[in-house]
Amino acid sequence: MKGLAVAILVVAVLFVLNGLFVGSLVPGVSISPYILQVICLAGINIILAVSLNLINGFTGQFSIGHAGFMAIGAYASAFLTVTYGERIRAGLGFLPPFARDGALLLAGLAVGGLLAAIAGFFVGVPSLRLRGDYLAIVTLGFGEIIRVWILNIDAVGGARGFSGIPKLANFFWIYLFAATSIVIVSRTVRSSFGRTLIAIREDEIAAEAMGVDTTRSKVISFVLSSAMAGVGGGLFGHYLMYVHTNSFTFIKSIEIIIMIVIGGLGSITGSVVGAVLYIGLTEGLREFAQYRMVLFSLLLIVIMIVRPGGLLGQREIASLLRRSRRMDAPTHPVIRA
Amino acid sequence: MALIELSHVTMRFGGLVAVNDLNLALDAGQLYGLIGPNGAGKTTVFNVVTGVYTPTSGSIRFDGEEIAGERSGRITRRGIARTFQNIRLFGTMTVLENVKVAFHCRQAAGVGAAVLRTATHTAEEARIDRESRELLKIFRLDGLADEKARNLPYGSQRRLEIARAMATAPRLLLLDEPAAGMNLQEAQQLMDLIRWVRDHFGMAVLLVEHNMKVVMGICETVHVLDYGSTIAMGKPAEIQSNPKVIEAYLGGA
Repeated sequence: MKGLAVAILVVAVLFVLNGLFVGSLVPGVSISPYILQVICLAGINIILAVSLNLINGFTGQFSIGHAGFMAIGAYASAFLTVTYGERIRAGLGFLPPFARDGALLLAGLAVGGLLAAIAGFFVGVPSLRLRGDYLAIVTLGFGEIIRVWILNIDAVGGARGFSGIPKLANFFWIYLFAATSIVIVSRTVRSSFGRTLIAIREDEIAAEAMGVDTTRSKVISFVLSSAMAGVGGGLFGHYLMYVHTNSFTFIKSIEIIIMIVIGGLGSITGSVVGAVLYIGLTEGLREFAQYRMVLFSLLLIVIMIVRPGGLLGQREIASLLRRSRRMDAPTHPVIRA
Repeated sequence: MALIELSHVTMRFGGLVAVNDLNLALDAGQLYGLIGPNGAGKTTVFNVVTGVYTPTSGSIRFDGEEIAGERSGRITRRGIARTFQNIRLFGTMTVLENVKVAFHCRQAAGVGAAVLRTATHTAEEARIDRESRELLKIFRLDGLADEKARNLPYGSQRRLEIARAMATAPRLLLLDEPAAGMNLQEAQQLMDLIRWVRDHFGMAVLLVEHNMKVVMGICETVHVLDYGSTIAMGKPAEIQSNPKVIEAYLGGA
């Protein structure tokens, strides 16, 4: 019951914030559209980073094709809302307009997430049966295959990109799903199943010897992560109203990896910090024009030298607030790529 | 019927015969020692029994069922647990969590239940927590429950490995050099512990160990391997006076 109360509170707070930001709640009070867009894209980054951390940080299996799952979610959900949007809206005529939009968005995200999960299953099953770096290689190839494949589907715009997507996502929906993904991942890793994931990261042979079905655990973790990336992609498309395969290149996958590495692999708080910091830095450094990426790289190098385990290591905000009595040495998780 | 029965098990790696035509049977509740000089194939026997390797030939029957070649997770769920010669704990997890991982294979609640925090999930977590703490108490690790496993002293890490294996509720426990790196007093305590655990839980123990005081002190049957082949088997006293065993350990005249 406590969980339900918190959930209602979060929804209410997000709703009010949304109203304040766009200026519909208090006349004359709003924030600049640019800032709002940065905040919203940060929210989408949080979803992507938190979900990738489940497989890369907690399970210790290196995926470098997160953008591919994001692309599946973005295109599949947009295809649904563009092609069948009017019919679904008409069928939901009994609802007020904003609820109709919400229902349509949820339907799109469900389809996007589901398709991304199915893709994750077919990528994960053959590559996660093995121990080692196979997932990295397979996901790298998968991400590119998906992108080139979509590029050649004329029904979703092909090389022109997919335009005319209804603007269904906003601050409210993006942060609602960001909060949901944080809850899903943190509850998953703090469960019996989640302990098997961390055990696999620590020592896969020992985990198997303790009766853990390592393939099953890894595949579930990967499918869950893929599904959340699909939802993130769906929100991305319905926020910007336009998607192009250029948004889902290999570089995008690497960006998400950078977010979780600077935040700390195996820390959900770290993923959130990393996601926000990443977009904050790339936007904040805009005034340096051509030196922007140089400065950005330098900052990343400094962070990695000063805190090799990421800003938060494997710690979470909850444990930091409790101010653990023991002085733990900073944890430096080994990246087993 | 024996709890586990290896018959004519051979494990070949290319031209090297690591285990040659091994026959071995353990009854429930038996303490069985497997010894031999370095490279005799003792750890390979463990790896074959626990599914890390599939034997080249021969059969392994546990509880009357053939298990040779099954995945090690499946074999553990059947009731065979092991420790490792080179300790393999989950380093960044706490002592308590290490034991909890091993409880996973005997519980039902899945991911969905975990995310929704259902009543089943909460009840199961509470049960796992309680039983894990009981196990830690038995192995005198309860004071270290929230310590990271990798920060433990060596002897405690060894005990934690046994505690973790016990959490899978095994009927056969394989211990790979549990006394390695322990001093006399620790080894003595370990012997008492192994005996107590066997009596209390009634499972069979297959022990690989170089510390002869431990082996001769607690094992009812001792099995000697050299270059993968059995050279002797019997009661500890018989083994100690067996000329073949003395030759394998000290070299022939």
